Amino acid sequence: MIVAERKSYEKIERMLKGKRKILIVGCGGCVTVCLAGGQKEVEILAEMLRLGAKKLGIAREVTEATVERQCEREFVLQLADKVKDKDAILSMACGVGVQFVSDIFPDAYVVPALDTKCAGAPIERGIWNEKCALCGDCILDEFYGICPIARCAKNLLNGPCGGSQNGKCEVDRTKDCAWQLIYERMIKFGRLDDLIKLRMPKDWSYARDGGPRRVLKESVR
Amino acid sequence: MTGQASEPSYLQKKLCENRFVVTAELGPPKGADPEYVRERARILKGYADAVNVTDNQRAVVRLSSLASSLIMMQEGLEPIMQMTCRDRNRIALQSDLLGACSLGIKNVLCLTGDHQSMGDHKGAKNVYDLDSIQLISIIKKMRDEKKDFGGKELTKPPNVFIGAAANPFADPFEFRVIRLEKKANAGAQFIQTQAVFDIPRFEKFMELVRSRKLDNRLHIIAGVLPIKGPKMLRNMKENVAGVSIPDSLIQRMEMASDKKEEGIKIALETIETIRKIKGVKGIHIMAVAWEDVIPRIVKESGLIDVISQ
Repeated sequence: MIVAERKSYEKIERMLKGKRKILIVGCGGCVTVCLAGGQKEVEILAEMLRLGAKKLGIAREVTEATVERQCEREFVLQLADKVKDKDAILSMACGVGVQFVSDIFPDAYVVPALDTKCAGAPIERGIWNEKCALCGDCILDEFYGICPIARCAKNLLNGPCGGSQNGKCEVDRTKDCAWQLIYERMIKFGRLDDLIKLRMPKDWSYARDGGPRRVLKESVR
Repeated sequence: MTGQASEPSYLQKKLCENRFVVTAELGPPKGADPEYVRERARILKGYADAVNVTDNQRAVVRLSSLASSLIMMQEGLEPIMQMTCRDRNRIALQSDLLGACSLGIKNVLCLTGDHQSMGDHKGAKNVYDLDSIQLISIIKKMRDEKKDFGGKELTKPPNVFIGAAANPFADPFEFRVIRLEKKANAGAQFIQTQAVFDIPRFEKFMELVRSRKLDNRLHIIAGVLPIKGPKMLRNMKENVAGVSIPDSLIQRMEMASDKKEEGIKIALETIETIRKIKGVKGIHIMAVAWEDVIPRIVKESGLIDVISQ
């Protein structure tokens, strides 16, 4: 899923400067699961903004709404009435949702309440790790289910750099070295011979480097 | 200064003639000051067969490796231009290699490069389009097949001696020799190792190197780093991943009355031991920002006898 985290209150307050009527829109998808932008978080942020306005001595009207998914037209369209006459829409979705709301309501001033962090998964309660770099050309079959593109700080394809120590990454000693994990998986599957395989440079044209991506599925068009 | 393509580098010639070599290292300045490079080149002249020129080492912005290498050549020293994959993609790396060769640079050391979080531009975007092994294979292709990575013909191939680094002290240990073999398979010809402090581990590494007969395929130059004091050692042990420093060494430094002298003594003892290990073809002395200690170490270790310049 997409993992996101709420921006600091100060930043959000700055984005809303001069805006009186505010609609906060939560999303029932990934950001609900990662506890960043679901209905509960909308309620908390709305309350903070109301209190904040009192403290600042300004007039502010905060309305709340949460749609099932901000990346789907039919759900976003349900907001039509609420969006009308608002000075700002504060989207608590990922970057996709923020832009989609803006696309559908081009006259609305839409700002993000979250920072979209990564495509990841929870490894324990309250901790999400990046798992996928969305490179557009999956190579997980070659690496026994551990992605070196997403999980190695240098996206190395030919083994660990000199900074791998005690199974940890030199960039952050609290994080696993992806190549240590790949190595352990190779041992587990009896495929240590694969270590010697020379992997040529990746074709990055499938990734963001090839320009913004578009996926076409002719069968449903 | 235009490329005399066919003549191999002095380092390559010497290693191929099975003569022991000494290499040193120079860290370019933070500024456009050629005099800094010239001064250090003058210090090192006659005390090394070739000198590594670092490429924004530890991700700290400095005078470029290519420019510094050229200044060193003007001072009569043979450079080993380091190239890291952190800051340049495959287009820039190939272009800079051709540029370096057109200016007469003949040794290149291919590195993946320290992550930018280690340096003074932590907010930089990294590249890592290639890793060191892929860079080696591309340079080999350019040189031997006269083609760039895309397959296009080169009017003149880069005639370079291809080097790589090895870290016998990082993990997973068993992978280190396999990774070395990958570098040999990709086209590396010489290897410079991470600084040796943990001699037993280095001996074990060299044993594995010999068991895979890599010592026949690669000229291995062992790294030695003279230390100034216990603080530097402790700092390296705690903050530099992939170095192995025995506690006994730190204790020895702490006990010493003259720390710098003790550091030199340790470097000399290390050289004495590791130069005898089978498969070691040279010593690489890394004394960045302490270049003036190198002549003394080269003289007192007796390495001066292997330098014929």
